[in-house]
Amino acid sequence: MRVLAAMSGGVDSAVAAARAAEAGHEVTGIHLALSRNPQSYRSGARGCCTIEDSNDARRAADVIGIPFYVWDMSEQFHSSVVEDFMSEYAEGRTPNPCLRCNEKIKFAAVLERGLALGFDAVATGHYAQLRDGADGLIEMHRAVDPGKDQSYVLGVLDQKQLAHSLFPLGGSTKTAVRAEAERRGLSVAKKPDSHDICFISDGDTAGWLREKLGAGTGEIVDTTGEVLGTHGGTFGFTIGQRRGLRLGTPAPDGKPRYVLDIEPVSGTVTVGPREKLDVDHIMGIKPRWCGSEPVEDVACTVQLRAHGEEHRAIARVLGDEVEIELIEPASGIAPGQAAVVYDGTRVVGSATIASARRRAHA
Amino acid sequence: MARRALSGDYPCLHMNDELPVSVAYLDHAATTPIYPEVVDAMAAQLARLGNASSLHGSGRAARRVVEESREAIAAALGAGPSEVVFTSGGTEADNLAVKGFYWSRRQADARRTRILTSAVEHHAVLDPLHWLATHEAAEVELLAVDADGGVQIDALRTSIERDPESVALVSVMWANNEVGTLQPIDEVVALAGAYGIPVHTDAVQALGQVPVDFAGANVDAMTVTGHKIGGPFGVGALLLRREADLVALLHGGGQERDVRSGTLDAPAIVGFARATELAVKSQPSRGVELGELRDALIAGVLDAVPDAQLNGAAGNGRLPGNAHFTFTGCEGDSLLMLLDAQGIECSTGSACSAGVPQASHVLLAMGRDEATARASLRFSLGHTSTASDVERLVEAIAPAVQRARAASQGAGGSASSNGSNVGLPVGGAA
Repeated sequence: MRVLAAMSGGVDSAVAAARAAEAGHEVTGIHLALSRNPQSYRSGARGCCTIEDSNDARRAADVIGIPFYVWDMSEQFHSSVVEDFMSEYAEGRTPNPCLRCNEKIKFAAVLERGLALGFDAVATGHYAQLRDGADGLIEMHRAVDPGKDQSYVLGVLDQKQLAHSLFPLGGSTKTAVRAEAERRGLSVAKKPDSHDICFISDGDTAGWLREKLGAGTGEIVDTTGEVLGTHGGTFGFTIGQRRGLRLGTPAPDGKPRYVLDIEPVSGTVTVGPREKLDVDHIMGIKPRWCGSEPVEDVACTVQLRAHGEEHRAIARVLGDEVEIELIEPASGIAPGQAAVVYDGTRVVGSATIASARRRAHA
Repeated sequence: MARRALSGDYPCLHMNDELPVSVAYLDHAATTPIYPEVVDAMAAQLARLGNASSLHGSGRAARRVVEESREAIAAALGAGPSEVVFTSGGTEADNLAVKGFYWSRRQADARRTRILTSAVEHHAVLDPLHWLATHEAAEVELLAVDADGGVQIDALRTSIERDPESVALVSVMWANNEVGTLQPIDEVVALAGAYGIPVHTDAVQALGQVPVDFAGANVDAMTVTGHKIGGPFGVGALLLRREADLVALLHGGGQERDVRSGTLDAPAIVGFARATELAVKSQPSRGVELGELRDALIAGVLDAVPDAQLNGAAGNGRLPGNAHFTFTGCEGDSLLMLLDAQGIECSTGSACSAGVPQASHVLLAMGRDEATARASLRFSLGHTSTASDVERLVEAIAPAVQRARAASQGAGGSASSNGSNVGLPVGGAA
């Protein structure tokens, strides 16, 4: 196959490209430039869009012995990922930009451009496994390294996208991948993993949002509506947050208080006791199915945040929404995050969490 | 023809051995294959001891090589030997000219803060000028160009005549590096000269392609460089009138009229000299041959892709080795990648930042929009170019354009979002 290897400049995508090449594919390395002015995004060595990262990717491609180009995806990235990130926060939700980037950029804009240019697949350094299913469909499963599994951020990929995807690292541990990078003479072998949001250079998401969206100041209230204090911006808060509330007076019962709700228009942040965070009913919108859409109730597990635990649940499709009933309540579920539905290790699909509540009868 | 024999006989003219396919090199404006004689001359000099500034025998021997090289370059370019100031290449020579002239002219008369230049100069001229504007209170005026990239001489006249006393320098390139358009240097010199304003010209692309004569052009300073004419990287010169007074950028040992300190690189200089002699000597016949080859390339590409647009001046108004096209609806870098995969090497012609193609300031100055600018490719011919190189391009271009258009369309790329006609069928596609 003719394979486009998306190379971020990190160790994972470098080893993924090397493995694709070694497997006999005709591999071309590409680095996605996600900013027109790459220096504006990140100055450290942890991100995925600096000149240094681009050079690291280029050097890895040299060592592997594959052609290498930089693709300018900055316009698409800005309109599909950065603007979505801002508008989601402006609506009081907590988006996952990596997931959006996979859905709209890596396995959409890049894949489509690659297919049109004569390539057959995109290979990335994501930790997930693809298998041929019994029904002739391609299945995506969790990676063997539970600490690195990235199937959650790939849960937005549909069958057509999966059919043109390669995840060469899904069967390996991160430790093995680093050792292999060393063995292959890839200079990125010891490069630290990136964790933060790549387009927020200093890691200060709240500050970045304040700059882009304005302060968003408002009041902090309890569940009865009593004003407990004020805050400098809703963007500093996320559902389930306990630290940094800076409330002068303790709760009457002396228990810690958590962010229960964020109302972006008025800027009101509601806090309350931990048990109020518990939800067991989730409505998801914009569902994406890896295979065919489920026609009946699915006994499943759901993952509700990146690196979050699994919850046993029943999922059912209601028109263009997905209703998820959790068997045991989950805590601090933020609208905007993805609910990814699993059957064992297999990804069934995903939806964006629109609302999460406690069932009245429960 | 002779140059084919060269590339057959000398392994150093073979393209990179590790490339999987034989290469049709159509990027001579980026750099040129080095002449084998140049390699020989450099290798011999590399083995010789001597700092050209030393007073002993070894030093004198090195000095002699440098001075003979200087004389050879001067003779080939119509300059006096003392008018050759060796530099590390074109960028340094351009920086030296524009900064050095600006500082010395302003020193002599504080009113002289204006620098007039064309909007299509190389970044090696534009960027130091922007730096002077930011840090040294220079007023930089970018002269408008016509749709072919030619400087509008009326714009220069108006600009000078508004206040001739305040002009420190005029800098206009001999030929544009992207679209190949030759600039009216004679007219620029006549206009500026009437007011005693010095003129610098970047002749990096022109040398070896068209006749270039320093004294004949009557400019005050001229940039040339080795690797664009079959010589080595890392060496060039600013040809600088004997009486011109420049403020130095590099201070140190006082070499090169105290304008450019630094130990003279005798092996590079001897290679540069040999390349200059060869390029200038062969220019008359090469200019004709390249012009014919270029015309065949243009005709072939336009035949294969009828809606391709040739950018830059027509016929003798452009470098004989330059052909520059817009393929509407394509991303230039998609097209480059598709051709590269077949061993056909060309350029999008614009500056890069971390490999991110920026829309060419040259095409924007010529009135093109961003999408058009990004849909463009430069093919440039030089001393090793052959008819077969051109034939390979002509065969490959239509299918590549078709693919690249589909890619722009399918991926919702910037070309399509800017409303260009990505949906048009590709005419003449095989």
